[in-house]
This record gives sequence, structure tokens and C-alpha cells, in this order.
Amino acid sequence: VLSASFIYIAALLRTSLVKMIHFVLLISRQGKVRLTKWYSPYSQKERSKVIRELSGVILARGPKLCNFVEWRGYKVVYKRYASLYFCMCVDQEDNELEVLEMIHHYVEILDRYFGSVCELDLIFNFHKAYYILDELLLAGELQESSKKTVARLIAAQDSLVETAKEQANSISNMIAQATK
Amino acid sequence: MATTASSFMDSLFQRTLDDLIKGLRHNLIGEQLFISKSLEDIRKEIKSTDLQTKSIALEKLTYLSSIHGIDMSWAAFHAVEIMSSSRFSHKKIGYLAASLSFNESTEVLLLITNQLRKDLSSTNEFEVNLALECLSVIATIDLARDLTPELFTLLSSSKVYVRKKAIAVIFKVFEKYQDSVGVCFKRLVENLEGSDGKSMSAAVGVFCELAAKDPRAYLPLAPEFYRILVDCRNNWVLIKVLKIFASLAPLEPRLAKRIVEPICELMRKTGAKSLLFECIRTVVTSLGEYESAVRLAVSKTREFLSDDDSNLKYLGLQALTIMGPKHLWAILENKEVVIKSLSDTDSNVKLAALRLVMTMVSEDNVIEICRVLLNYSLKSDPEFCNEILSSILFTCSRNFYEIIVDFDWYVSLLGEMSRIPNCQKGEEIESQLIDICLRVEDARPELVRVGRDLVIDPALLGNPFLHGILSAAAWVSGEYVEFAKSPFELLEALLQPRTNLLPSSVRSVYIQSSFKVLVFCLHSYLLNNEAHIPSSSPEKLASGVPDTVLGDGFLEASVITAPKSIVESEHDADFSPGASNHGVSVENDGEDVIHGQTSLSVPLEKDYFTRESIIKLLDMSEMALGPLLESHEVEIQERSRNVIGLIELIKQEITGPLVKKETDDMRDEFKALNMIRLICDGFSEELGPVPVTAQERVPVPEGLTLVENLCDLDTIFADMNLLTQSSLILGTLNLGETTGGSLSDLQTKDDLEPATESTSLLSEHRKRHGLYYLPSEKSNSLYNAYPPANDSLLQQNENDHVDDLVKLTEQSLVPKKKPSHAKPRPVVVKLDEGDVPITSRKLESEENLLSGAVRDALLGNEDKSTSAKVPCGKSSSKRIEKGKQSVDVPSESNDNAADKGKADVGKGSSRRSKGRGKERKHKSGVKGGTQREGNGQRENLKSSRTSKHKTHHGAVDSVNVIPQTPVIPDFLL
Repeated sequence: VLSASFIYIAALLRTSLVKMIHFVLLISRQGKVRLTKWYSPYSQKERSKVIRELSGVILARGPKLCNFVEWRGYKVVYKRYASLYFCMCVDQEDNELEVLEMIHHYVEILDRYFGSVCELDLIFNFHKAYYILDELLLAGELQESSKKTVARLIAAQDSLVETAKEQANSISNMIAQATK
Repeated sequence: MATTASSFMDSLFQRTLDDLIKGLRHNLIGEQLFISKSLEDIRKEIKSTDLQTKSIALEKLTYLSSIHGIDMSWAAFHAVEIMSSSRFSHKKIGYLAASLSFNESTEVLLLITNQLRKDLSSTNEFEVNLALECLSVIATIDLARDLTPELFTLLSSSKVYVRKKAIAVIFKVFEKYQDSVGVCFKRLVENLEGSDGKSMSAAVGVFCELAAKDPRAYLPLAPEFYRILVDCRNNWVLIKVLKIFASLAPLEPRLAKRIVEPICELMRKTGAKSLLFECIRTVVTSLGEYESAVRLAVSKTREFLSDDDSNLKYLGLQALTIMGPKHLWAILENKEVVIKSLSDTDSNVKLAALRLVMTMVSEDNVIEICRVLLNYSLKSDPEFCNEILSSILFTCSRNFYEIIVDFDWYVSLLGEMSRIPNCQKGEEIESQLIDICLRVEDARPELVRVGRDLVIDPALLGNPFLHGILSAAAWVSGEYVEFAKSPFELLEALLQPRTNLLPSSVRSVYIQSSFKVLVFCLHSYLLNNEAHIPSSSPEKLASGVPDTVLGDGFLEASVITAPKSIVESEHDADFSPGASNHGVSVENDGEDVIHGQTSLSVPLEKDYFTRESIIKLLDMSEMALGPLLESHEVEIQERSRNVIGLIELIKQEITGPLVKKETDDMRDEFKALNMIRLICDGFSEELGPVPVTAQERVPVPEGLTLVENLCDLDTIFADMNLLTQSSLILGTLNLGETTGGSLSDLQTKDDLEPATESTSLLSEHRKRHGLYYLPSEKSNSLYNAYPPANDSLLQQNENDHVDDLVKLTEQSLVPKKKPSHAKPRPVVVKLDEGDVPITSRKLESEENLLSGAVRDALLGNEDKSTSAKVPCGKSSSKRIEKGKQSVDVPSESNDNAADKGKADVGKGSSRRSKGRGKERKHKSGVKGGTQREGNGQRENLKSSRTSKHKTHHGAVDSVNVIPQTPVIPDFLL
């Protein structure tokens, strides 16, 4: 009984610290992880456990079933796009349909950015997937509901990175560094 | 030079991230090997002085960490170095690594304060963005405190992009560092009121989170939220505003009245299902009094239920579950869909339906619903079958079997459940069987019957899931063997050969139970014989043989055992083989005399126990237990030795007389009787449930030193006799109770002084215990708490108040007229529910700091307040309501607390002074007071609306509630 109540309190503490979304997972149909973003504090060990548990539950669910899974007192909303499962973990009181729309929103933005996105895009551009997610969600809360704005913001940051890279890669720069 | 050259070479031949990913995908040498090889490279590269090389290495490491779960905490310092690069491309990589891998305990956090400060004040909005995102993940108290000024500036930044992100981060900062509320709250409110949609939406998000924790503090902002509700067209924002109103509306009826219409309007017009669902939920949770709104919500819910989309079906069921207790009609209208959903293809929908069905359960329909569900469980897959079973078990046992009237039915239901093929709920059933047995005296005969049916079935012994149940059944039938129709049959069942399939712990319960049954049979037989003997010399009887010969023990024993024999089985016994074998040795007169003696007119089925049958019994037991004497399991060996020992003793006494003279026989029988009686006494000690906290409440008697060395321990153990057996067996059953009798026996032998003290304490305890047995009339309050040792008047009053509430809710919970029960609900012994763990209270006070800070900010910065005493209704009070009773809240008088609260508000931002730790401590004390006030009010609200919620009694700590007028501008009213 005692340990149960401690777990309960720990869960309360966690919910009190964290906003709407606790984590985002992208898992392939084969159970390979494609992206993980944790808004609540989980240790590396917990993280692997969560991924293992959830991919077991979600991948086993057939098509046409509902997109919500109850898990450890939370709700995990997932949706499958092609070979990828997008999962978000939220609190019991949160609006599942809203989260579903959020997932769709993210997928649409990815689609717009990569041009009909596929799993490979996300594999090779994992950091970009993170940056886009960060534009969308901050501290577990939806930040930007306009797809156009997100696209513009990401493009602007990309160009910033590009100019920085160009500077870095210019031969003269390299030689200057090497002979410093 | 050498190092720069090597780093130059590094950067030329470094694998890029793409290379790494490709390598992993081609997987030529095995994933683990490849990863460890790459890690080796990364460890080298990350030490490079060239930031480009370093950042690529970090990026690769980040990839491995986030996708393959590789630990990267060792690279934290490198991440900080890269974060501080002036190049945006590096910075970005550094920040990504930090926000993915840092946590509050990362040591290098101390080093990044300045870097974050610099980036937060950068002119490049994307750099600010990086810093904000990072801060949102890793905010610590120190960071929050040090960076509050920067965030304050950003909250009114001219760049919307930066401003809205700063707003989102401010919530994190508030939580970590409450004093920042005083600084930033005004600007946050300005953003809510501002014309910019994006900032407003971010601010609404923050308030949604804040209001979920402590709604009352945000009532003054209701007009703003109302404006957004009416004007805003963004569904994301509307959902959040609805959430805010869902928590505000119950606090202020006028507000609820105001928002009903706009919400209904939204419900009618919106095409977005997410918004529609949020409207439904808001209505059913917070606007339940508005009939038309509820009707609309129910009709929309019906659309959800009839949709093919299983998401909507699931949510529809959920909405009905919320409505359930208050609007039973809504469920009844959709009954068909609900029942059909129990066999949906989607297990989650099934679960939701099951949960809904369980919320409908009341004492009138529990039998019917359980019957339906049990049928479903037989048809469904093992997983769902067990879900059904566990929800039945949970619902029926809730609040001390509150909804169970007919315990005989429930007990036989438990027996039926045990026989369901997929049943895996053995543990729960086991504990309920024992729990009921101890709490509900009237259920014991039926329990023994069910227990017998379970124990006697050899097929059940092979199912490991049922072993727990069998152990409970064996214990019950042994402990209350006097209710058994046929003890012989029971003994046979307990000793059947297939019991070797049982685990040793259960098997020892079996043996112990057979011991009890055996003793019972012997006792009945000897009593019976004795009844025969005095009849030949009636004058002896008149002079009171039992008293003189046997002492007080006799009367006690017969008082205890006689009423336990069953009346109904009398007739069966007449036709039992034992009876037919039996001669004429027993005369009915004698029997009657004995019963007259003990002033009990219950006829005993003495005919059953003949010398032959007893000897047969002894032989059988000996045969079954003989092999176990050599068992390697201590429990089994010890217990069977006890039984065998007894058998050997008794056999001499009983079989001997066949060749002896009459007079000797008589003496011997008395000797045997005496011995059996002693054992029987030990077993017939009534076992009652004992509260978990009972031990703590018994004050340590004077003169008892618990820490002293127990040098006499050996003598104690040497003296330990059979009586302690019963306490041992209970130990294995994990009941957490003590057998008072045996303990005190032990003590008297050893140490007189404390023993008398403790026995008197025990008897006092029992007296109280008796006092808290409930009267059997249903109308009396169900709530009953075991009073703490030093119960105050306050506590008493509170209980009364709660009792009233309970009665109220009880009445309102019963929708139909009560069917006249054939028999009244039996007494269920209840003890306290335990105390709230201290940690939860600590948590509250912590959380309350934030609410207090917000309240200060609202009151200080806006001149809307009318009273300084806006109580902080606490979200956590909800928690206590749900949970247990907090008995030991410091008994500080309410007025006092309110005064302190006022003083606290007055202090306002002076709390930012140096002595923070001290202040905080003081404050949390005050919070205790204000919190109680809040609770009281909530309770009051509830009772005034006669809500049908299950009110929990614990939360009410205040008695005299100060009437409050929430701060709402006139505009709304």
C-alpha cells in the first residue's frame, strides 16, 4: 500500500511539473525508434522502458481501432502515417482529439518541408525533425498553429545555418585555422 | 601545432552524421559493434579544438543518444562549449544536445547561466528561441531565479515570435521560482488582454495550466477569458479557454450561468470534433445544473456513440462515464450502445464501456449487473475477462463493501468467480474472502459453505492462480468449522492427496486448518460423551460439576462453541452414516440438561460424533500427515508434527477405555476433554480486524522500555505453546493483525508489571472496538472512523458533519425506490482508513507556494480585489478528498489561520528577502490553515448543490467556514 501511494505521489509530482504533452515518440512499424522528445524528466533507463512498453502495445493494435491507449495513468494518442507511428503522451484530462490534430499538424508541416515526407527523410534529417517539432511545441504546449509560419521560420533558420556553414567550409578559412 | 594539425586531419576524415546513419543502416558489422566503434571516434573528435569537428561529433552523439538510447551525459561539458560558439549552426547543435540530454541534476548547468542570459538578450530572435527552448526543458530554481529579469524583458518584446515563446516558458519559471510571479504576472496578463492573437493564445495556454492547479486565484481574470470565449475563432485557443472555465465555473455560479449560452452555441455550430468534445466535457463536468445544456451535450454524445469512428465511440463512452453518477438517465438512454460496446472489437472501447457500466452500479442493481458481466467474462478473451473480474471486485469492495447488501450472494459470487477458467485474480479474491470473513459476522456460514465447495474440489488444486483462494477457503473453513455441515468431509478434503500440488505456504494453511477441524470434532465428541456421563449421575450435575472440576474454562468454552454449531444441519445429521452407526449411548435428556446449564437452547448434532468415527478420523489424519513429518519445509513439518502429536495423545485416551473400567474411562475422558478444551479455547478466540495504525495509537506504557536487551528471550520461546499457532497462521495470510490473547499470555509469564498494563490497554481497545461496531439498521451513518487516541472535539464535530453529508449523498444516489430487502444489511466492521502520508501534505504546501504567489500578484497588481482573503482553493484538496483522512493536521484554530493568511498577503513581495528558507517554512504552515478554509468551502458548495459526487470525508478540516465573496467584476454579474 505504501509503495503504491508513493508511486501515486510521484505521478502527481510529475504532472505538476509538466505541461500538456509528456513526450513525443516516432516509432517505425518494425519497432525502430525514429524520434524521441521528452518534456517530462525521465532517466535514460526509464526512457528505454517506456519505448519498449509502448511500442509493444501500439504496434500490436490493428487498424481501425481507436487511437488512444491508456498507459500508466496517462493517455497515449498515436496515429500511423505510412510506416511510422506518431505517439504523444498526455494527461487523462487532456483532449485526445486535439492531440490527434496536433500530430496531424506536425505531419503536414513535415510533409511541406520535405516534400511528401517519408521515413528516410526523418532518418537522415533527425535534427531537422526536432527543430520543426520545437517550433510547434514548446514546454509541451502547442506554439504555432499556422503551417505557413512554421515553414517560414524553419527556412529562415536553415539559411542562417547555411551561411554559417559556408563560412566554415571555405578553404581559406580551413587553411587559416590549420596554420594558426 | 601538432594538435591543430591532427584536428585538421580529423576534420578532413571525420565521418559525417550521414555517414554514421548510412553505416548503421547497412549494418555490416552488427549494430552494437558499429555503435561502439562510432562512439570511440566521437570521443576522440569531440575533444578537438576545431568547433566544426567538435559539433559534428556532438551531433552524431545526439543522434545515437536519442535514437539508440546511448548515454551522453559525459559529453555535457562539450555541449556547453558548442552552445557558446558564435556560429548559429554550432549553437543550434549544442542547444539541441543540451535540451535532449540535460536534466536538473546535470552538473554543468551551473556554467550555462551566463550563456543563456547572453542568448536571451541576443538581437537574433532565433538565438533567443534556442535559449528559451533549452530553458523550458532544464529550468532549475537557480536558472529560473537568475533569468527572471531577461524573461521579464522578453514578455513585452516587440517580436511576436520571441514573446509567445517567452510566455510559454514563463510557466516553467513560475513553478521553479515562485517569486518570479510577482515580477512577471502583470506582463503575462497584459499579453492575455493584448490584441496579438499569438501571444494571447500562448498566455491562455499558461493560464490553462495554472488554473488546473488552483482555479480560485484566477477568478478575477474571468472577464478576459469570457471575451476570448466569445470572440476567438481559433479552436486550439477555445479548447484551452473551455478547460479554464471548466475549473472556474464550479467556484462561481454566476459565472456558470454566464458561459452556458456561449458554450451551447459553440456546440451547435462547430464542425471540429475536438472542440465539440471539449464543450461536452465542460458541460458535463462543470455545468451539470443546466438541464438544456446537458440535454444538448447528451444528444451530441449520442452522435459520437453512433459514429463508426471508434475514436468517437470511445470518447462518447468517456463522456457518459463523467455524466454517469449525476445524470443516470443519459446512460439509460444509451444503454444498448453501451452494452453492445462490451463486445466491441477494440479492447480500449470495451474497457471504456466496462468502466461506464461500473459507474452505474448501485446497491439496487449490483446483483443484476454482476450477473450480466460475469456472463460476458465467460465469453471474452482472458485479458478482458480479468478486467471484468477486477472491476467487479474493485467496485463491490469499495468503501467497505458499501453497495453490498446481500453478503451471501456476494460470497457465492466470489466462489463462482474462482471457477471461471481464465480467472487470474486469485490474490484479490483471497484477500476479500478473508476480509469479509473478519468484518461481516453474518456472512460466515455462507463463506464456510463456499470455502468447503472450493476446498473439496480436487480439480482446483492444479491451477496455480487459485492457490491463494484455496488458502483463504481452507483458513475460513478451519477457523469457522462450527458452521460446516460436515466437518468429517472437510477434514478429508483438507488432507486429500492432491494437496501436494500446493505451494508449501498454502499447504501449511491446509494443515493448520485440518488441525482446527480435528480439534473441533474431538471437542464435540468429548462434550457429547460428557453429556452422556453426567446423565447417569444427575445429582452431580446439579452441584455444578463443570465449575468444580473444570474451572471457568468450561463455561467459556461451551458458551463459545455451542452457538456456533449449525441449526440447519441437524436434520442432515440424522441421516448421516455416523448417526446410523451410532448406538444408544447418548440420551437426549442429558444433552438438554447440558444446554440448559449453559443457557443455550441450540440443539447440537452430537449424534454425529461416535467413537468409531472419531477413531477413523484420527487414523485418516495420521495417515495423511505421517509422511509430512519429514518434510523439508519448516512450516509444513512443524504443523503436521503438532497435529500428529495431538493425535497420539488423544488416541491413548480414547482407544484405551475400550478395555478399561468405567470409572477410569470417565477420568481419562475428562483429562482428554480438558486438554482439547484448552486448545479449543485457543482457537475460538474471536479474531477481529485491527486497523493498520492501531499499534501507533497505543501509547507506550510507563515503565516499558522497548529498546532494552531481551535477555529473557530464550525462556519466552521455550514457553511458547500451541496458542501462538493461530497468530502464526494469520501471519502467513498476511492480514496484518495480532492475536491479542496469545500475546498477553506470553507477557504475563514473563514480566508482570507491563503485562497488566498492556492487557488493560488491550481490553480498553476491545471495548472501544465494540463501541464502533455498527448497528445493523441501514439508516445509520455508514461512516465510522476509529478515533485516534487523543481525539479532539473538532474531530468529533467534523465526523458529524461528514455523516450528514454521507446521508445526503446516500439518499440522492438511490434513484429508484428501495426494494424491501428480505433481510437487513449485516454489520460490516470498519476501522479507520489510515492517514494521509506526510509527503502528500508537503507536496501541497509546495504547490501552494505558487498559488500564493499568483494570488499576491493578482491582488497586488490589479486593484480589483475587494477582500484580502481570497482563499486559495486548492487543487490538491481534490486529492485529499479522493484519498484518505488527514487526521493529524495541526489543530490551529481557523480564525488564527485566516489572520495569518491576511498577514501573509500583506507581506506580499517582502517574501523575496534573504531568509527565504525560513519564510517558506513559515508560509507552508499558514497554507495549512488557508487550505483548510478552501476545503471547507468546497465541501460547503458541494452540500449546497447536493451533488451526487462521492464526497470523501477526510478533506473537511474546517468547521466554521468563513463566507467568501469571490472577486468578480460587476461586468459579469
